[in-house]
Amino acid sequence: MRYLPLTTDDRRAMMAKIGVSEIDALFRDVPKGAIAPLSAFNLPDTQGELEVDRAMSKLAAKNIAAGSAPTFCGAGAYKHHVPSAVDHLTQRSEFLTSYTPYQPEIAQGTLQYLFEFQTQVALLTGMEVANASLYDGSTATAEAVLMAQRVTKRSKAILSGGLHPHYAETVDTVAGLFGEMKRAPVTPGSAEDIIALIDEDTACVVVQSPDVYGLIRNLRPIADAAHAKGALLIAVVTEIVSLGLLESPGAQGADIVAAEGQSIGNGLNFGGPYVGLFATREKFLRQMPGRLTGETVDAEGRRGFVLTLSTREQHIRRENATSNICTNSGLCTLAFTIHMTLLGEEGLSRLARLNHAKAVALADRLGKLKGVEVLTPAFFNEFTVKLSKPAAAVVDALAAKGILAGVPASRLGGAADLLIVAATETATDDDFAALEAALNRALA
Amino acid sequence: MSETRYTDQHEWVRLEGDNATVGITKFAAEKLGDVVYVELPAKGKAVKVGAEAAVVESVKAASEVYAPVGGEVTGANEALTTEPSKVNDDPEGAGWFFQIKLSDTGEFAKLMDAAAYAEFTKSP
Amino acid sequence: MAMNNQGRPSDAGAGAGQTSGIVTISGDRGLDHEEKLIFELGHGAVGVDLPDVKIADDRLGGMRRKGAVGLPGLSEPETIRHYVRLSRKNYAIDSGLYPLGSCTMKHNPRLNEKMARLPGFGDLHPLAPASATQGALAMISELMKWLTVLTGMPAVAMSPKAGAHGELCGLLAIRAALEARGEGHRKRILVPESAHGTNPATAAFAGFTVDEVPAKPDGHVDADALEAKLGPDVAAIMLTNPNTCGLFEPRVKEMADAVHAAGGYFYCDGANFNAIAGKVRPGDLGIDAMHINLHKTFSTPHGGGGPGAGPVVLSERLAAFAPLPLLVHDAKGFRLIETRAEAPEGAQPFGRMCAFHGQMGMFTRALSYMLSHGRDGVRQASEDAVLSANYILASLKDVMSAPFGEGPCMHEALFDDSFLEGSGVTTLDFAKAMIDEGYHPMTMYFPLVVHGAMLIEPTESESKESLDRFIHVLRTLALEAKTGQTARFEGAPHFAPRRRLDETLAARKPILRWKPAQLQEAAE
Repeated sequence: MRYLPLTTDDRRAMMAKIGVSEIDALFRDVPKGAIAPLSAFNLPDTQGELEVDRAMSKLAAKNIAAGSAPTFCGAGAYKHHVPSAVDHLTQRSEFLTSYTPYQPEIAQGTLQYLFEFQTQVALLTGMEVANASLYDGSTATAEAVLMAQRVTKRSKAILSGGLHPHYAETVDTVAGLFGEMKRAPVTPGSAEDIIALIDEDTACVVVQSPDVYGLIRNLRPIADAAHAKGALLIAVVTEIVSLGLLESPGAQGADIVAAEGQSIGNGLNFGGPYVGLFATREKFLRQMPGRLTGETVDAEGRRGFVLTLSTREQHIRRENATSNICTNSGLCTLAFTIHMTLLGEEGLSRLARLNHAKAVALADRLGKLKGVEVLTPAFFNEFTVKLSKPAAAVVDALAAKGILAGVPASRLGGAADLLIVAATETATDDDFAALEAALNRALA
Repeated sequence: MSETRYTDQHEWVRLEGDNATVGITKFAAEKLGDVVYVELPAKGKAVKVGAEAAVVESVKAASEVYAPVGGEVTGANEALTTEPSKVNDDPEGAGWFFQIKLSDTGEFAKLMDAAAYAEFTKSP
Repeated sequence: MAMNNQGRPSDAGAGAGQTSGIVTISGDRGLDHEEKLIFELGHGAVGVDLPDVKIADDRLGGMRRKGAVGLPGLSEPETIRHYVRLSRKNYAIDSGLYPLGSCTMKHNPRLNEKMARLPGFGDLHPLAPASATQGALAMISELMKWLTVLTGMPAVAMSPKAGAHGELCGLLAIRAALEARGEGHRKRILVPESAHGTNPATAAFAGFTVDEVPAKPDGHVDADALEAKLGPDVAAIMLTNPNTCGLFEPRVKEMADAVHAAGGYFYCDGANFNAIAGKVRPGDLGIDAMHINLHKTFSTPHGGGGPGAGPVVLSERLAAFAPLPLLVHDAKGFRLIETRAEAPEGAQPFGRMCAFHGQMGMFTRALSYMLSHGRDGVRQASEDAVLSANYILASLKDVMSAPFGEGPCMHEALFDDSFLEGSGVTTLDFAKAMIDEGYHPMTMYFPLVVHGAMLIEPTESESKESLDRFIHVLRTLALEAKTGQTARFEGAPHFAPRRRLDETLAARKPILRWKPAQLQEAAE
C-alpha cells in the first residue's frame, strides 16, 4: 500500500523489539471475538491512484459544475472567481499539513495569517474584534445567539423572517435548548416589523442583510430599538462581497456580526467546508467563542503571535467553556485572507460594484419577461422573482438544458412560485441570454 | 481590629465589623500562575455563601471565585481589571477582589483560621 | 567559522548551531525571513484585474458604504512572496514526524486534494437541483457505506463539521430519543475524568449534567465505579475507546451492557478510531453513537486547525433521530430531505447542525483515502499505527517513565514527567528542546489524569528509519536531562523562527488585530 512505509521485515523487527510474535498480541485488551475478520467488511481492497481517480472522476462527471453552465444559484453560497494564486498557496505543505498552532515557535506562519485574517474581518464588518473563524455562517450565527444569551443573561431570541432558513434551524437546534427562538413572519421582498417583537426578555434580534430573498435591510433602527430594551443586534451576512459596497453592520449599530466567508477564496464545494466569520465589540471580548490569535514578543523581544485567551475554551474550562467548538476553519481562513489581500481596497470595491451591476442588469431583463415579477426592490447581487409556474419545476426543466436557474424558495420552505436568483461577476451576457430564452420557453 | 479566615477553595476573608474583604490566597495565586484577567461582581449584588462571585483567569487556567460568606457586594477592586498582575504581586493585600456586607457572622466563624489553612494546604 | 565547500560548517564545535553573534543588516537569517503584516506592506497596488464599473444609479436602498474599508493593496507577486515566507515558519507533517497524541497527524495523500478539486465536486452549488448533483449524492452515499461497514453501525449523520460538532450531534440525538421515550428527565451523563475537555463541554452544552468517573491506576476507566453510578436519571455514558491514555478498554462491552440495562445510551468519542479501523467494529461493542474525525483517521488535512469533519454513526435505537438533511435513494435516484415536512415515515430528525449538507470537501478526500487503502489497507494502517506506538514505548520506557508501560498500548504511547524529577528540566523545556532537534513536540499535559503527561502518536506514516531516528533523539535528550546536561533545555528552542513567546503579555494586554499607527497611539 503506497501510503504505508513499513515493510514486512520492518514489522518483524519491530515486533521482536516489543517482544511479541504476532500483531494481535498488541490488541489483547480487545474482548474475545471482537476482532473482526477481514471478510466481515464487505468493501473493496486496495486500489492504485489510477483506479481511484477513475472512480471518483466518474461520479464527479455526473454533476453540473457551476463553472460549466450558466449559473444563478445563491441563497447562502455564491459562485465567484478565485484567483489562481489562492489555491497554489493554500496547498503549500506547511499550511496544508500542519496542526493547530499550539507550539507558536514553529507555527508563526499560521498565527500571523490568522492575525491578518482577524484584522480583515474586523475592518470589513466595522467591528472592533474578530475571532480566527468558526465552522461556517450558520454555526457562527448560532454561536452569536448563545453569546448574546450569556451577555444579557436573557434567553429569548427574535429571528428575522429574512434569515436563511437553514441558519434559523441551526440556531433553533442549538440556542433553542436555552430559550425561545421566535421567528418573525416574512413577506419576500419587504422588511417585516421586527421592532414590535422586541421586549424586556429579548436577548437578541437576528437580522440578515441582504436577506435570504436578497433584500438589503437598514439595521440602524433595529439596533436602536434593541438597545433601548437592553437587547443585542446580531447582523448576519451570507454574501460577504456585499460589504465592499454596503455600509458595514458595525456602522449600523450591530453588536455581533456572524457571516459566511465562502465567497472570498473558497469554492462552492457542495456546501462545505466554508468559513464562519465572527466579530464583535471589544467590551464583549471575554464572551466571544472560538480561537483568537494575539500579538506578543518572544524572549529576544521580537514580535510574534500566539493563541490567546484560551481559558475560555473547552480544553481548560471543560463544562464551563463558552462553547463546545474547538476548531476554526484554518485552511478556509487562509484562502479568504489571501484572496482578500489580492483584492485589497480597490479590488474589493470593483468586485462588489461589478456584482451589483450584473444583478441590476439581470433583474431588469427578467422583469420584462412575461410571467416573471421581480419582488426585491433593494438588493446587492441577488433578488427574488415570482414566476407564473412552480419554481422547482422550472429549475428542473432548465437544469435539463444545462442552466442552473437559481434556488426555488420551496427548497427552503418558502412559497412554490418564488425563485431566488443571483448574478455574480462570473455571469456573462451569453448566460443572461440563455436564461432569458429558457425561462421564456418554460413559462410559455 | 480585623480577623482573617480561609476557605477550602483558597479564598481569604478579612472581617472588619460587618465588612468582609475577599481575595484568593498566596497559595492559590502561585498555583494559578500569571493572572491575566479578573471578572468582578457588580456593587449591590446579593450573593449567597458558596455562590460564584468572580472569575480569575491565568494563562493556563480559569477558576471561579466563590463567595466565602453571604451578603451584599459593597465594593470591587476595579484596579484588577487593568492590572491583574496585582493578584500575583500581592494576593492578600492590593490584590483583593471584592467586599461584602455580611448578613450572617456565623458563616465567617465556620471558616479556617490561618493555622488550619496552612495545615490544609500542606496535605497532598 | 570554517566552512566546507557546501557552505556548511565543517566542524560543529562548541558553539554548534548557535547564532554566530552576527547581526544581519536585513534582520533576516538566510532562509528565515522576517515578514511584516500585509497592512504594513500594502501600498495601493492591486492583485486582481477587474473592470472599474461605475454605478450611477444603484439599487442599494440607500445603504451604500460611505467610508473605505481600510484594506491594504498588494500585487500578486508581493502576495505570493508574503504567504510563501509565512509558510516557511510552520512545522508540517510533510516536513517531519508530528507525534501529537490524540491528533493523528498522518500523511495526507495528494490524490485526495486532486479529487476534492474536481469541478463536479469542488465547484458544485449546494442547492443545485438533484438532477445536477446525482454524482455528488452517490459519492456521499458511498462514503456513508464505508463508514457504516467499518463501524458495524446501521446509520450515519453526515453534517457535523468537526469532532466536537459530532459530539453535540450525537448527544442531541440521545436527548431526542429520551424525550421520544418520555424520559426527558434523564439528565446525567457519566464522563471519565480522563476524557478530552470537549466531552464534558459538549454534555453541559447539550443540557446534561456531567458526573465524572475516576480512572484506575492502570489507566483504564473504573468500570465498577461507572456501573455504581448508573441509575434512572442517567442519560448516557460518554467514553473514549481506545481511551485517552492510549489503552483499549477491556471491559467496554460490559459497560455497554450495564448502561443499556439501566436505560441509557453509550456515546463513544471516536477520536482514536485510527487504532482499530478495519479491525474492530464499534457496533460490536454496544456503542450507540460515535463521531469519526475524518481529519484524523481518514487523512483529510488538518490545515493549521481545520476544517475538519465529524460524521456520527448511530445505532438502530438512535438512527431515527438523525438531523436534517437526510439522503434517500429511490426509483428517481438520490435526493436530499431538507425539511421536516418531507421526512419519511418514522424519521424524527432532532433539528439541523448547519446550513447545507456538511463538509463535502472532506468527504471526497476521505473516500479517496478509503478507496486507495481498501479494507485491507485500512486494517494494515491501524496495525502499523499500533505497532509503531508500541515500538516507541518499548524503545523509550527504560529512559522515560511510562505510567502504564507494562502492557501494550494502542496507537499512542503515554509517558509522564517523573523521569525529569530533580533534573531541573521541565516537561515544557523537554518539549521545546525537541523543536531544536527538528521535531514537533508530542501532546503535553494531556490526559490530565497523568501528571506531566507526554502522549506520542507516531501514526502509520513513519518508516522504521524515521522512528529509529526519533527514538535516538528522545533517548539522548532524556539521558542528558537525567545526567545534569541541561544547557540545551534552558530557554529552548534556540533554532526556531521564534524563541519562547510571552503568552502572559498576550493575555494581559490583548492585541487581536492590527491598527493604524494613529489609532494605536490614541489607544495608549
